[in-house]
Amino acid sequence: MSNSALIKSSIAKKYWMALTGLFLCTFLVGHLLGNLQLIMKTGEEGRRAFNEYAYFMGHNIFIKVLSYVTYASILFHAVDGIMLTIQNKKARPVNYAYSNPSANSSLPSRWMAVLGTLILVFIATHMANFWWKMKIKEDVPLHTYKIESEQQIPALAQQTFYYTHVPTIQPLPKDENSIMEKGTELFIKGSNIKIGEGYRDLHTVVIQFFSKSNSSALFGVLFYTISMIVLGFHLWHGFASAFQSLGVNHAKWNPLIKALGKGFAVIVPLLFAIIPILIYLKS
Amino acid sequence: MAAKTINITLKIWRQKNNKTKGSLETYKLDNVSTDSSFLEMLDQLNEQLINEQKDPVAFDHDCREGICGMCSLYINGRAHGPDTGTTTCQLHMRMFNDGDTIYVEPWRSVAFPIVKDLVVDRSSFDRIQQAGGFVSVNTSGRTMDANAIPIPKADADKAFEAAACIGCGACVATCKNGSAMLFVGAKVSQYALLPQGKVEAKDRVLNMVRQMDEEGFGNCTNTGACEVECPKGISIENIARMNREFLKASLTSEK
Ligand code: HEM
Ligand code: SF4
Ligand code: FES
Repeated sequence: MSNSALIKSSIAKKYWMALTGLFLCTFLVGHLLGNLQLIMKTGEEGRRAFNEYAYFMGHNIFIKVLSYVTYASILFHAVDGIMLTIQNKKARPVNYAYSNPSANSSLPSRWMAVLGTLILVFIATHMANFWWKMKIKEDVPLHTYKIESEQQIPALAQQTFYYTHVPTIQPLPKDENSIMEKGTELFIKGSNIKIGEGYRDLHTVVIQFFSKSNSSALFGVLFYTISMIVLGFHLWHGFASAFQSLGVNHAKWNPLIKALGKGFAVIVPLLFAIIPILIYLKS
Repeated sequence: MAAKTINITLKIWRQKNNKTKGSLETYKLDNVSTDSSFLEMLDQLNEQLINEQKDPVAFDHDCREGICGMCSLYINGRAHGPDTGTTTCQLHMRMFNDGDTIYVEPWRSVAFPIVKDLVVDRSSFDRIQQAGGFVSVNTSGRTMDANAIPIPKADADKAFEAAACIGCGACVATCKNGSAMLFVGAKVSQYALLPQGKVEAKDRVLNMVRQMDEEGFGNCTNTGACEVECPKGISIENIARMNREFLKASLTSEK
């Protein structure tokens, strides 16, 4: 290894930008597939599918490792990108009085740092909206529901149920002998014997966030939609650019990479944005 | 097409030396033949300035036939002016119209300090070249005939295209990041593609990139502006090749 050239050199910075950027693209696909549960299925089925997905994302060890790689990638990509941009400003201390950059390059390619910073603002807001509630404050409520029977059995109507991990439902006990830990795990009081574990109802939190009954929902929908447009522009240049950074520039593959990049940049943000819009319109 | 003449207004960057601040000055120039080159037009301006007992505008030039890489100039917001695939010395006044205002600025890069007016010091390119842009040839007296080494036609063509770089610095001037990667990519590729160059390939790319960074050039973000403005049509394929060479060398070089 040439002395730390793989970290410090201008070209190495490019590799890291490209590798973290492409990794984040795969993260986007995974995240999108999960989010689509919010609109693919409706009613109780949709609620269950999404909450199960959210649980899986939070508890599967493989996903957990991936999520730490994702946090690290976002941080590294952002810090590296900002450092690059500062160095690049220093490389031209005096600007041209008259410049015509649109004659030789695309708008997104020249605005990557600004687009990226806006994405960072979005990521921070988005995490405060949902991730913080779910992971740090742990105040997303338990997924509970009532059974509506045709016979109107009073005992059933009074009882609140919750889904457990064995795919059954259990009555939520109201007695003195059990205690709910971490909001979802039911224990026999004074022991470490777990009776059952439910799901957090992130689904309801998300739906309420984007429903008309929430006074700031319209603002939220607009903010999420605009952020996705910003992401689209970032990827419009970024996706194909990452391949060039990694040294992949080949007459045979370039058209495919460019087409894939443009398709990705349009379809992924579009699908992300449709979710809050649909929730809002249907509410 | 019969020659015609146009009257133009020039806004030219004037700067005494590297220590002083410069500014854009306005000059009116009449009766410029559309057949003249951009540099001939500047010659005409300088004659006018000398007749008025004023300091003529300093600008770089040498061959005036598009092969030496000495001329520069950022004209109306573009390196080497509005024409594609041309150096400023090959740019003609027929590209402009009567009454036009033309901005003329020097290359702007921290690694190209201004010497005077429009003249910049591009010796940073020389130092990058000296760091590895060569093939060591031992003068044994029995040097092998280059034509005896078989080279695939496609490789030879690509090396030749890369070797067309005249080191003018338009790529740096036009890049929003002030990056020199098109120049260095061309120099690295030119040798990396040929058997003679492969011997020193690892050291070459590591040393040239290190020198490039030390000179203060910016980092490429693949805007592609350089290949559009390069008078020799050097492709950013060469930057990708340099990136590959650099990765290979960083991982396997013992240095
Ligand atoms: C999910 C979020 C993001 C994804 C998928 C993403 C993806 C990408 C990709 C694929 C590239 C191209 C890399 C290359 O050309 O080698 C890129 C470049 C860039 N990104 Fe991001 N990015 C994201 C978030 C951010 C954030 C938060 C910033 C923060 C400031 C940022 C700043 C930049 C900059 C400055 C560049 C241009 C640098 C370069 O071309 O080397 N990005 N991004
Ligand atoms: S790559 Fe093109 S623009 Fe850059 S120095 Fe060489 S000839 Fe000039
Ligand atoms: S003066 Fe030689 S290339 Fe223009």
